[in-house]
Amino acid sequence: MANALLVIENLSKRFGGFVALEEVNLSVTRGERLGLIGPNGSGKSTLVNCICGTLTNESGTVQFDGQQMDGLPAHQRTRVGLARSFQLPRPFPSLTLLDNLRIPLLYTVQARSGLLRSSGDVDTRCAELLQLVGLDGKANRWPGDLTQVEMRKLELARAIAAEPKLLIADEAMAGLSHTEIEDILKLLARLNEQGITIILIEHIMRAVMSFSQRLVVLVSGRKIADGPPDQVVRDPEVERAYLGQ
Amino acid sequence: MHNSTFFVAAVAVAAAVFGISTYIGNDYIYFAGYVVLQYIVLATAWNILGGYCGYVNFGSAAFFALGAYSAVFVHKFYPLPIPALIVIGGIVSGIIGFGMGYLTLRLRGVFFAIATLAFAVVLQTLIINWDYVGGSRGAYIIRPSDFPGLGSYIEYLYLIMLALAVIAVTTARVIERSRLGYGFAAIRDDELAAEAAGVPTLRLKLLATSISGALMGMAGAPFPYYIGYVEPASTFGLAYAVNSIAMPMIGGTTTWIGPLIGAILLGTLQQIATVTISSVVNLLLVGVLLVAFVIIAPNGIVGLVQERLRARGK
Amino acid sequence: MSISYDLWINAVIAGMLLGGFYAAVTSGISISFGILDIVNIAHPAFIILGSYIAYIVNTRLGYDPILTSIVVLPAFYVLGAAVYQVYYVSFEKRGQEALRGLAFFFGLLFITEVALILVFGVDYRYVEAPYIGPSLHLGIADFPLRMLIPCLFSLAMFSALQIFLSRTFMGRAIMAVAQDQEALRLMAIDPVRIKRVAFGISIATASMAGAFLIIIQPVEPSIGREYIGRVFAICVLGGMGSLPGTLIAAMLLGIVESFTSTFYGPSWAPAVAFGFLLLTLAFRPSGILGR
Repeated sequence: MANALLVIENLSKRFGGFVALEEVNLSVTRGERLGLIGPNGSGKSTLVNCICGTLTNESGTVQFDGQQMDGLPAHQRTRVGLARSFQLPRPFPSLTLLDNLRIPLLYTVQARSGLLRSSGDVDTRCAELLQLVGLDGKANRWPGDLTQVEMRKLELARAIAAEPKLLIADEAMAGLSHTEIEDILKLLARLNEQGITIILIEHIMRAVMSFSQRLVVLVSGRKIADGPPDQVVRDPEVERAYLGQ
Repeated sequence: MHNSTFFVAAVAVAAAVFGISTYIGNDYIYFAGYVVLQYIVLATAWNILGGYCGYVNFGSAAFFALGAYSAVFVHKFYPLPIPALIVIGGIVSGIIGFGMGYLTLRLRGVFFAIATLAFAVVLQTLIINWDYVGGSRGAYIIRPSDFPGLGSYIEYLYLIMLALAVIAVTTARVIERSRLGYGFAAIRDDELAAEAAGVPTLRLKLLATSISGALMGMAGAPFPYYIGYVEPASTFGLAYAVNSIAMPMIGGTTTWIGPLIGAILLGTLQQIATVTISSVVNLLLVGVLLVAFVIIAPNGIVGLVQERLRARGK
Repeated sequence: MSISYDLWINAVIAGMLLGGFYAAVTSGISISFGILDIVNIAHPAFIILGSYIAYIVNTRLGYDPILTSIVVLPAFYVLGAAVYQVYYVSFEKRGQEALRGLAFFFGLLFITEVALILVFGVDYRYVEAPYIGPSLHLGIADFPLRMLIPCLFSLAMFSALQIFLSRTFMGRAIMAVAQDQEALRLMAIDPVRIKRVAFGISIATASMAGAFLIIIQPVEPSIGREYIGRVFAICVLGGMGSLPGTLIAAMLLGIVESFTSTFYGPSWAPAVAFGFLLLTLAFRPSGILGR
């Protein structure tokens, strides 16, 4: 456990009478590639929201990089190195792509380390990030001009811009073609080689299976499996949850 | 353009405007010009919160009146020079702006808007019931007839409002190009995504309500000296509230120049209409223009120009 | 001691009568803001418009203000539906309702007020009816008919609305439009049409509320602004769109305001609504009946 980056203990979240998450325990090791799967409405996004501080959990704790996260607002969690992409992309529509990436650079990297002091440095870094996701050439366009696929890439680029220790990619590949999925997987793998821990939430099993070193399954707000991917998918309980009772 | 260059340019423009005004040398120019300049400050101040952050303040008149009544209060207690009163008015309105924001900004944005509307009514109730500053009868402030070294006192007030306009517009422009400005824009577009990108949204919103409120209060502080007699009904007049929204909306809300254009256009128009038609009709005109613009040209005059340029660029 | 006891009893009664009237004033906002999520800050302006129509008909033809307001209900409904259509096409459809939609309604509020000033001036106007003046006495309790009649009609209108919303198909569709537009679409119901009907109804209530208002007190064009704080305070405190909650909140505000007027003077009453609103927003944004 000494090398754990993210430790979640007994996390529960309720919406009125509806239990979205129940006593979830999860620990993610530094540098790990973790896949998180589950049917629709199983609580995956709620879990992400609780980890990132968008929602507050009623009970349980989230510990990140040795720090207690509970009670910290979302922006402070981003600053300590927790970044996420939204399941439905949420760009800043009135800002150009370049300026969309400028926000996390100014508010996390610059605020945290004092790096990227000059506006020239920020511009260069924004351009690098756009190139990384293959959106160079559209730097001065607006999100409204982008396709759904490009929007997902922008969403990912904005999360990466915060230079996170842990990146949570929430269904970054929905609606993408084979080659585009390959591109994103390669990009995530490259980030992982650079030392970024990654949680991949995905419906596309092929992508999850090829990417993840470990697989966690959520069903109805409870964790029902956690282990090596090929073992987990053979788990009868997982099969039952996916194929229906 | 660099911030300091912009400031120098703004001062140069202001100096030129002042030069032309003194050349004409007619007191009416000062009286009318003062009102237009006052609207530049109010519209710019409103826009820092409304245009940059997307939070609508309907209570501009209340913040303006806070500045004016702070001046009345201090004046009755111990007469201070106007620049000192401006600072005091700014601090009072800034604090109230912060308090309003603190109570309502954690909820959805519309609650802030509704609270500002109600706030104006209640502050007016408080002033009406406060005899020290004149209550409903109002208070007289005797304005000196001239200011040493300048000539008429109204010329001095005009100069002061000109300086305030430079300060307000420069502040808006500095914010727009800074980290703060990008943070504001992110809040306006999507608060959840802004938080996820590391923007401390609550702190920034409070900063915006304080700056915006303070500038409005500063615009109000010299008002008692300009008008000579302050009473609640006119100081809280709906004209201030509607103009400080209509001017940025008509000019364009995303940049500093929008409120400036809107204030100069609408302000001048109203000065002319008040003399030639009636003040009620020209207020009706402002209302109709506001509604027409938000429906037909949602990004204001600046937006229309930008679209034209973009279309030509393609 | 007995004088103060009388004062208390009558302050409570006056407050409840006032509260009943506030419920009518707020019911429109409960529908538009509470259920449809349309921040119609121009609602009080429509109420004042209702007051002036009642006033014109009353002075020219001598008809009863409440009767007039019922007759013009359909006209207000059409007006409301038209306003919604403009709002929908210009803002909701483009997703710009937050900033520009608010400015739009503010503009409407302003235009109505200034137009009324142009036509009628800033003098206070009032209506004449047999029930303005006399009071009903029950022991030490006073029921001025000027307050009692609007309150009773207001409660009747309120009950009718509640029955409409909970019992009829259209009413249920309106309640559902806020929760789940997708489900309505699947049932082949056009959510825009539902919202148009609902908004029309919300403005129609302003016609009656306007008549009640001018029976209770003389009216001048800018008086509507005093009601903005009140109606939103009641709507939020009542739990946004819950009619029973609105009624309780309206009674509460009525009583508190009545006490303020009785013991501190009527010039302080507008401040009470604001205090109510701010405290509610700060500490109980989900309303009294909320979780």
